[in-house]
Amino acid sequence: MTATVNGEAYAPRDGETVLDLVAARLGRPLGPDGQPLDGGRLGVAVAVDRAVVPRGSWSRTALADGQHIDIVTAVQGG
Amino acid sequence: MDIRDAGPTGASLTAPLVIGERSFGSRLVMGTGGATSMATLEKALVASGTELTTVAMRRFGPTGRESLFALLERLGIHALPNTAGCYTARDAVLTAELAREALETDWVKLEVIADEDTLLPDPVELARAAEDLVGRGFVVLAYTNDDPALARRLEDLGVAAVMPAGAPIGTGLGILNPHNIGLIVSRASVPVILDAGVGTASDACLAMELGCDAVLLATAVTRAQDPVGMATAMRYAVEAGFRARHAGRIPRRTLALASSPLEGMIAGSREEDAL
Repeated sequence: MTATVNGEAYAPRDGETVLDLVAARLGRPLGPDGQPLDGGRLGVAVAVDRAVVPRGSWSRTALADGQHIDIVTAVQGG
Repeated sequence: MDIRDAGPTGASLTAPLVIGERSFGSRLVMGTGGATSMATLEKALVASGTELTTVAMRRFGPTGRESLFALLERLGIHALPNTAGCYTARDAVLTAELAREALETDWVKLEVIADEDTLLPDPVELARAAEDLVGRGFVVLAYTNDDPALARRLEDLGVAAVMPAGAPIGTGLGILNPHNIGLIVSRASVPVILDAGVGTASDACLAMELGCDAVLLATAVTRAQDPVGMATAMRYAVEAGFRARHAGRIPRRTLALASSPLEGMIAGSREEDAL
């Protein structure tokens, strides 16, 4: 199974969810509601195949073959 | 009367800038684009006195440094996500939705550009995106051309602020069409924020003198030789322009008008000299 995360090929583990992926990328533990367990705000959003997946749905959204996943955050800009 | 000579707005000098349901003490919106380091950016943001700053939405990459989001949280500055880089209404709407999810804000600076050489707004896609985003419950601050008709159209579509360009983004050319900016101001019932083209403090001051409610700038500060110094200058320029507008400028005249009294002069009149 191969997906694309932020433009790069990625092989998800069996049963890996968007929540698992985001927690691993950010290095922050997340609760089932997608909120960080360290108390801060998260500051990222996820689109799968150009559709936003709300934070509350991450734990129920398994990664699938061929998906394009984008994890975005705020950077310096106009 | 020249539209630029319009009198004071009647707003109190201490009146906050109100956009949507939020109030700001500062009328300078500082963008974060172009800063060479986060440390310099932080100092410039603080020096500018801004309470609202634009950010772009891009793919997350681990940096090991403090995120911009965390920096703004720490400084207590509201993040205004933009849709920079979008050429279509569809892309702008997706970017706005991602920003709403990531930053937990309904606010968006809507940018839909026509081409990369001018970075000027595409009016048709801009209007489409504005209508869609307003319908989705966003507070839309629309970056637009300096076109009074388009500004009015955007307002009719329900945007919370119109942000006409003084000149193309990053050019530092100042306000190329002050008459149009004055026209937009005179017809708008939502805040007008001069956005893009500011090169130095006098440009920001002029925008406020023309009656803009605020100024948005980034490059003029972040790419100045001394960003902190320029941020400070911009803070005072915006305030000076706002105060000057409030005070009401004198009308323009074609011929001179002496400010000293003509009575009691010690020198004789021209007629006496001739005798």
